[in-house]
Formats: sequence, C-alpha cells, structure tokens
Amino acid sequence: MRAMVYRGPYKVRVEEKDMPRIEHPNDAIVKVTRAAICGSDLHIYHGMMPDTRVGSTFGHEFVGVVHEVGPSVRNLRPGDRVMVPFNIYCGSCYFCARGLYSNCHNVNPNATAVGGIYGYSHTCGGYDGGQAEYVRVPFADVGPAPIPDWMDEEDAVLLTDALATGYFGAQLGDIAEGDTVVVFGAGPVGLFAAKSSWLMGAGRVIVVDHLEYRLEKARTFAHAETYNFAEHDDIVVDLKKATDHLGADVVIDAVGAEADGNLTQHITAAKLKLQGGSPVALNWAIDSVRKGGTVSVVGAYGPMFSAVKFGDAVNKGLTLRMNQCPVKRQWPRLFEHIRNGYLKPSDIVTHRIPLEHIAEGYHLFSSKLDGCIKTLIVPNNH
Amino acid sequence: MPYTAQKPPRPRTADQLRREIPGWGVDLDPADRPSVPRERTDLDTGAHWDFPERQEERQPRERSIEHKFLPPVFGTSIPLKGLSGKVRRLAYTRYSEARAAHWLLLLAGDRIDAWESHLRSLAGPRPDNPLSETGIPAELHGHGITSRREGRRADLAHQWMDPLVVAGPWVLAVTGAALAVRALWRRRS
Ligand SMILES: [Zn+2]
Ligand SMILES: [Zn+2]
Repeated sequence: MRAMVYRGPYKVRVEEKDMPRIEHPNDAIVKVTRAAICGSDLHIYHGMMPDTRVGSTFGHEFVGVVHEVGPSVRNLRPGDRVMVPFNIYCGSCYFCARGLYSNCHNVNPNATAVGGIYGYSHTCGGYDGGQAEYVRVPFADVGPAPIPDWMDEEDAVLLTDALATGYFGAQLGDIAEGDTVVVFGAGPVGLFAAKSSWLMGAGRVIVVDHLEYRLEKARTFAHAETYNFAEHDDIVVDLKKATDHLGADVVIDAVGAEADGNLTQHITAAKLKLQGGSPVALNWAIDSVRKGGTVSVVGAYGPMFSAVKFGDAVNKGLTLRMNQCPVKRQWPRLFEHIRNGYLKPSDIVTHRIPLEHIAEGYHLFSSKLDGCIKTLIVPNNH
Repeated sequence: MPYTAQKPPRPRTADQLRREIPGWGVDLDPADRPSVPRERTDLDTGAHWDFPERQEERQPRERSIEHKFLPPVFGTSIPLKGLSGKVRRLAYTRYSEARAAHWLLLLAGDRIDAWESHLRSLAGPRPDNPLSETGIPAELHGHGITSRREGRRADLAHQWMDPLVVAGPWVLAVTGAALAVRALWRRRS
C-alpha cells in the first residue's frame, strides 16, 4: 500500500509499505478515504517530539471503510464507514473507566504520561497513522463509530480531532454567561474553540494570531473580535485595555509548542529542541486572564520542560485546565450541533491534496502559504 | 470605569447574541457539556473485557520503566535498530520519564536515526531527495512570495532558518570531510 513516511526533520515522502496486519483480536484494518494534516503534526514533522522514527507514518485524523476485523470485534463489519478518534484507548483501564479516554494506561508502552495516538511518534505508542491507504485501528469496539448517513465525510474527519478539541477547550474554560473569552491561535482548533465559546454563552470572544487571513476567518466563521499580535508592541497590555484592565474571564491556548511572538522562546523550543514547547501563547494567556480566571490549554506540548511563568499563575489564583481531548465523549452533542446547523466544520477546509503530493501539503501548511488553514489528504482512488 | 465591584458592561445583551450568533447559549447549562464533570463512570465505552487480551510481542518491545509490565496493546511501527536503536534503548531502560536524560537521549536518537537513514538511503534504490521531500516545489503554486508579504507575520523572523535545519548538517559534514581530505593530502605531499 502507499503511505506517507517521515524521512527526518522537514522531510516526508510517499512509499510502498506492507499492509498493516491484525495484531490483536480486537483490531480492525481501515481503508482510509479522507485524512487530515493537523497543526500538531507540524511538531513531529519539525522533529520536536522525542522518539519520532524515520519510516513512521503520521496522521491521527482520518475516516474510512472497515476492510478487515479481528476475531473479537462485535460492533464493526467490513464495509462499514467509520470515523476514528485520534485517541487509541482500551475502554477498560482505571482512566478509560472514568471517561479519560485520552489518558489510557493500556496502549502506550513508551510513556505513562501520554495515551496512545495514531501516527504521533513512539512517545505516543509507536502506532502508524492514517496518512496512508490503510491503517491498523486497535480496540475497534471502543474507538471508532459509524459515520451517520446524513453526515458529510469531510465533517466527520474534522470531528476526529480539531472540532472535538476546540469544543473541549471551551468546556475546560468553564465559561459562564456573559464571560469574555480570549482564544490564542486562529488555526482549526482555535477557530472551533472560539465558535464553541458562543455556544456556552460567552459575551465576547476575542481571537489573537499573527496571520491576517486566519484572523479574517475568525471574524467571519467564528464571529470573533480579532487582534494581530504582530501589530501590537505588547499584546498583553492591549488585551487588558480591551477588558477594562481586569483581564479576560477565560483564556484558551490553542497554539502549543511552536508559538511565535518571542524569537528566543521559539528558537530554543522549535529549532534547538531545548524546551518541550515555546510557551509564548501560554505565558500571554496567564498574563492576560483576570485574577481568579481560568486558562484552558489544548495546544500540544512535548514532554520536556517549558519556561512557563508559573509565579504569575500562582499569584493571580488562576485555574489551569488542560488535557488532550477525549474525542468520543464529545460526539453525541457535536452531532446535534451539526444537525441543528450551529456548526459546519468543513467550512475551514482550504486544501485537498492527493496522498502522492503530501510533501507539498506539509510545506504549504508549515510555512503558512496560500491561505492554508486545514488540509485534507485524499488517498489514491478516491 | 473606576475599579469597583461591577463586572464591565457587555457590548451585547443575551437576546442580541441569541439573534446574531447561531446556537448562542445552547450549552449554557453545564449539564449539556459532555466533559463536565471531568470524570464520569456511567459511560459505555464498548469494551467487553476487564483487561484486554494481550497482543503478541513478536519483537522485544522497549517500554518506560514507569510501567509495571508491557501494556496489552502497543504500536509495531519501526522497531529499534542501529546505533539510534542503542541510544533509544538506553533512554528507556535507564531513565524514567521524569528525567531530562530520558528525553535528551531520545532526541539524540532521533538525530542519529535521521543520519543513519539518509546514509542507508544513499546506498539503496531510492536515495533521499531533499527537494521533493521538503515539498519546496509548493512555493511555486502556493504563492510563496505573496503569502509571506501579506500583513505582518511573526514567523518570518525564523522561517529562513528552516533550510538551515535541513541542509546545515549536510553542509557541515561535506565541509568537514573536504577539510579532512585536504589535511591528509597535505601531510602526504
Ligand atoms: Zn490533530
Ligand atoms: Zn484505557
């Protein structure tokens, strides 16, 4: 089969690979019909995530058709159209039993501090991902769900991470009616977090980024006020001025490890890999939220330490909430919101690229060319 | 407004927001938010086991020393090999996830892996092609120049470093090799 493979920092190509096989009785093999490149894929593409091995296949956002199932699979049959959450999880461990699907203890030998994720380095379990023609899906009775007949395949692929994560990020903010919410990052997750903040009753939603075309999307798609931090000397002060010098009630970090805005932080984290992530957005979040406010973190960070302004968080009495999204928990409610027309996730898709041209897809997205917000990958013969 | 107990006035009332923004407030009640409360034990995950059957360990699988045993299910992509494999195995067997040495060794393993793989590819049927693998041709049809000129972008301050990350080690290696050859040549003549 054809699959994207990592060849070292900033380099990927498409290769002929062995078909994935059933390794466990509850495995399924899924033929991928749509996959996506995620902002967090850029961290592994840039070589920032420890134990990212040359030859591995990325891709944790994908939908497809069941091709084969293991002997203990009860809920899926070959031919079923399925959407697959980016979390790999057993459904039965201490954490899964409490709904913490992104923190499963039974799927990742390489680390106890992270769950299992498709195509996201050995630190996340060493699974190949879905930017390929076929992919192994463990715990087929737990993670995947049939795509409802009424749902568009491209909406479904956005539910496997970006929309679910943005919606989850807004929930972590504990938004009360009339709250002012600031979202750092106008990528897919930030746009969905901004949109979700309204659903939870926010009174104002402000999105901060440095890419004008993404801020434009934040205004039109997410009805948000916007700030381009590259045009502000000190974005924190200006956000204070915009919030009557109290600060925002809730701030959501939807940027993560490669945050721009402070060159030293960016270089030590993204280029020299001396930090688990550049905490520029997180530090701005801590400084621009009001005292007693809540900072929600859904941006991806690596396992190493980062230079976070923790004293400010302590002295301001902040609540810091964070996790990777337990995706499947979000689905029933998000399905309703999509059906009711409150959300149309595929509105943010800007590029559809054949699997064979995936290297150019990564470059466009990494360098933010051509107005790129969300790129879908179309495997051969689709 | 002076610093009083008042919440700052809102630009729009709830009724205005409900009219202007599709779905405004439908999840106002925390009971409608699927991740509230954080932990819930009443969800049906679909698991029909107390502990999953164990996947066959076809090759010795490295694991964090913070795990009691090899978890029942794991990824089988790219088993450890070569010098990078030795470095990575040391990181796993010797240091917990709490130790910086664990992660720094894994990052060192990644850099060695890239080198090993590039060299192996040069000897194989499909050598690495830095041009197509970096996706640089997308600069042409992706409006490389106009995209960067639009607005004020903070990432231009470091984008020029990207080619150095890719090509820099090669330039250093080739220069080093050339200097070594020249030094040897001079000593002989
Ligand atoms: Zn993702
Ligand atoms: Zn579990």
